[in-house]
Amino acid sequence: MSSTMKTVAIASAVAAALVGQTTTVAEAAAKEKCYGVSLAGANDCAAGPGTTCAGTSTVDYQGNAWTLVDAGTCMEIELPEMADGTPREGSLEELDRDLPA
Amino acid sequence: MTVTEAQFREALLDPDAPVPAGLVSATGAPAGARYSVYRNNVTVSLCQALATAFPLVAKLLGPENFAGLSKLYVRQHPPTSQLMMFYGTEFPEFLGGIASLAHLGYLPDCARLDLALRQSYHAADGVALDPAELQMDPALLAGLRLAPAPATRVLRSSWPLFDLWRYNTEAGAPKPRAVAQDVLITRPEFDPVPVLLPAGAAAWLDALARGMTLGEANDAALRDTADFDLSAALSTALQTKSLSTLKKDKTL
Amino acid sequence: MLDTSGRYDHLPDAPGVGYKPQHFTDLMRDPGPVAWLEIHAENYMGDGGRPLAQLRALSEIFAISVHGVGLSIGGEARPDPDHLARLRHLTGWLKPSSFSEHLAWSTHGAEFMNDLLPLPYTGATLTRVAAHIDEVQSALGCRMLLENPSSYLAFAESTWSETDFLKELAKRTGCGLLLDINNVFISATNLGYSPREYIDAFPLDAVGEMHVGGHDEDKDDDGGPLLIDSHAKPVVDPVWALLRHTLAASGPKPVLVEWDNDVPDWPVLRDEARRASDILQPAE
Repeated sequence: MSSTMKTVAIASAVAAALVGQTTTVAEAAAKEKCYGVSLAGANDCAAGPGTTCAGTSTVDYQGNAWTLVDAGTCMEIELPEMADGTPREGSLEELDRDLPA
Repeated sequence: MTVTEAQFREALLDPDAPVPAGLVSATGAPAGARYSVYRNNVTVSLCQALATAFPLVAKLLGPENFAGLSKLYVRQHPPTSQLMMFYGTEFPEFLGGIASLAHLGYLPDCARLDLALRQSYHAADGVALDPAELQMDPALLAGLRLAPAPATRVLRSSWPLFDLWRYNTEAGAPKPRAVAQDVLITRPEFDPVPVLLPAGAAAWLDALARGMTLGEANDAALRDTADFDLSAALSTALQTKSLSTLKKDKTL
Repeated sequence: MLDTSGRYDHLPDAPGVGYKPQHFTDLMRDPGPVAWLEIHAENYMGDGGRPLAQLRALSEIFAISVHGVGLSIGGEARPDPDHLARLRHLTGWLKPSSFSEHLAWSTHGAEFMNDLLPLPYTGATLTRVAAHIDEVQSALGCRMLLENPSSYLAFAESTWSETDFLKELAKRTGCGLLLDINNVFISATNLGYSPREYIDAFPLDAVGEMHVGGHDEDKDDDGGPLLIDSHAKPVVDPVWALLRHTLAASGPKPVLVEWDNDVPDWPVLRDEARRASDILQPAE
């Protein structure tokens, strides 16, 4: 493709993408002070964990063994080993490693 | 008899290590269960932090599996930063290394999604690109540099990552299909939202993030995905406010 | 130079609460007697988003106290310069009414343990902690408050009482003190001394803020009482009584209600603040 053709292709793709895009001004005007409440509800889990200056009376520091029990939504999900028919990127060899001590 | 920080630390995350001598009760008796208060505080607070940090993984595995794994993880990877909001960066690789989870090959990517959502939540504020800003001399568009917004994250997965997130988040969502999915995380206001990306769009956004022009990024995306559709990718990016404004002088 | 001009000394002598994001809307609508809020510094060290937007909005209405839990002032190592820089950035833009930290350590080597861990009280640790406080105060350019810990055990090697240790730190560094009444009650119960005698030995002139909070009850190996600083329950009556005793001696101070785990709906926490308010009023 010549550089002129490329320029034209990019320009027409951008023009097509702009069709149907609404301006953000009206949205901004109607927007409430949404920093108050998260979409997920009153408990803003998306923030992730915070620091603590409080202790706990939950006793749970012992135990080093772990075995998988049948639980969780993963039980309802069946996916073939190679979901998309292509080799998976990442750490196939790592999966053979033993349970950490 | 002095107790150093290292000695105090040693037994905190090792339930089999003896309580350091030199720690005592009011009567001078060995501290025993009193020391265990600190063991509980550290272990329980870090495990709770992980459960808060990885809601998708926690739901997939169920609370019992997750709690047991958390305890192993916090002992191997205590936090290295005071910013607990970012705790768990090694969790995806940790999950990938556990033999008995090998049949759940999608778990590490699900953990990466949980991580990316939190990073996006705390990312810098920015002004999104207004579509009107692209109404310029068409000859200039190919040379334009568009940058992803600070809160934008892109995950490429060989698993149906978007479907997995949706199935575990939305009531009545369909079961994950056996396809590979790239996910865009964007934060239009304050809540990060995962969005399913069209094919090649992840490569395109990566290229933009590396500072390539619109033309160069289009070439990179076409090399990655032969039928990459710039119009569809840009449309998604604009709708989800994933790109930054061109107005350099405007900051929040 | 240490700035003791007062910019950081103006928490009102009124009730405050530990801020929880789930209370944002209710707090804005119905603060009750709450005049100021305390935040954990580390939770507002992200680059943007809702936490900072909320904090900006809150700081226009309430006085803010920044309470750090990650500086490890009681640790063997100097305060982490990166973390100090983050704190300086936060206090720089927020301009809080107070900055406080704990007589405790939380970082060892590269690891952050996410808990407030105890230290022995000796001449050596006194010198070390005083140097750390000096460093923090000069980095932040303000006077800080140092909080008494909740103790579950003692160090056989300690040669100083906690009250003398804190008094000497305040004298050497010019720092103020944050007197956690619940921590006094917990430590006194756990280590077998009188909470009132502790308060009476405490340098109340240096106190810039007080805390009350809830605790859990447990037992040690010998069946003796072991109180745990859980911040997960209402403040118990003996702690309110100890607060009343302390305020009678000190005069009015900013009093914070802490509730960090099993956080209740806003009206419950607001009512705890009202109780603090009722105790503060007669002292005025």
